[in-house]
Amino acid sequence: MSERKLRLLVAKPGLDGHDRGAKIVARAFRDAGFEVIYTGLRQTPEQIVTTALQEDVDAVSLSILSGAHNTLFPKVIDLLKEKGAAEVPVFGGGIIPEDDIPGLKAAGAKEIFTPGTSTEDIITWVRANIKPLA
Amino acid sequence: MSLAERILAGDVRAAARLMRFIDDGLDCATPELKALYPHTGKAFILGITGPPGAGKSTLTDKIIAAYRQRGKRVAVVAIDPTSPFSGGAILGDRIRMNRHATDEGVFIRSLGTRGHLGGLSRSTVDVVNVFDAMGWDLVIVETVGVGQDEVEIVRNAHTSLVVMVPGLGDDIQAIKAGILEIGDVFVVNKADRPDADRAVRDLATMIEMNHPDEGEWWPSVMRTVAQKGEGIEELVEKIEEHRRFLAESGQLKHFEENKSALRFEELLRDQLFRQVRKRISDSGNLARTIEAIARREQDPYSAVEEIVALHFQK
Repeated sequence: MSERKLRLLVAKPGLDGHDRGAKIVARAFRDAGFEVIYTGLRQTPEQIVTTALQEDVDAVSLSILSGAHNTLFPKVIDLLKEKGAAEVPVFGGGIIPEDDIPGLKAAGAKEIFTPGTSTEDIITWVRANIKPLA
Repeated sequence: MSLAERILAGDVRAAARLMRFIDDGLDCATPELKALYPHTGKAFILGITGPPGAGKSTLTDKIIAAYRQRGKRVAVVAIDPTSPFSGGAILGDRIRMNRHATDEGVFIRSLGTRGHLGGLSRSTVDVVNVFDAMGWDLVIVETVGVGQDEVEIVRNAHTSLVVMVPGLGDDIQAIKAGILEIGDVFVVNKADRPDADRAVRDLATMIEMNHPDEGEWWPSVMRTVAQKGEGIEELVEKIEEHRRFLAESGQLKHFEENKSALRFEELLRDQLFRQVRKRISDSGNLARTIEAIARREQDPYSAVEEIVALHFQK
């Protein structure tokens, strides 16, 4: 009765006012057969990383609308490293200018999705790139 | 170091990983569980159940805070439904508890039901055992939002809270079987609503109709407004009262025996079934038998008797 199922964290760091996008993505992940842990709005990077470790997720996805992505992505990635969990991939999306994407990837983000991306595209990427960690 | 050794040393990541193996049903979890079992039996296990929307997660959040104030380390197993269509799940109970996320004295783990009925997931008992062995003082198990028949929690928790809200139904609901019979403590949450008095009265009437025997626990009906933190101290005091009662009345021993019997039988059933099924399936007998039953050449009752006789009798 063994059954490997992807577990993904959908998290909203920072001070965004709404989480429609994150909820749509969470729902799409569920419909793709993934287990999604959803944290709700206004989480600190510390909360997100602790949650990721306690829940043993295969990846952390961040949704950021506030413009603070250049701070929040590296913060979450560094904290994971600090906790000895550098192997947990971080990806995400939100209102992120194209120009910022190379910097975020250099900081360790695996992929960044911008507005207009279809949920199918995100799921296809997840299936290809995220595997159960152990 | 094995996962079990790391867990006994308090390693959160090792515990989280083993819970994953348990949930995914991997065989590699079994030796770890064997190593952990002798260290279990110390944690107090509190079940929280009730219909969807009753406020179980918010109440859990407040109970965590109350026990943290008492200096207890609190683990939570929060169960949400798995979609029967996609097999996926959104596990969102944490949303209401995440203020505890950075408190090292709190460990929250979300589980999907993954097709298991009864209000828990198949993995719940073992995940609780991991927390127990790891030395957590209190393990709270929050079930999926249940209806009237999901009563599995009561056999696995020392104390079961049944959370209700005012206005759920007329008093006929209170004489129905199911979760209303399993509560050690009943909670009318959102008790600032106008029809709260009636809900409390209906529940109290139902408990009276059950009239517990002399020396048995008499369930109470507590009022809370979890969102505002009202009634939480009284509730925790009542939970503690039930815990003392279990110890002093000797029912704790009874509970442990029942729970052990249940777990043993469950595992026995699983293993026997898996082994026999594998054998008849490998030999091609399974397909042949099913075909014969479908064509009415054999009845399913005799088919099973034959297989059992073949594998287990001398």
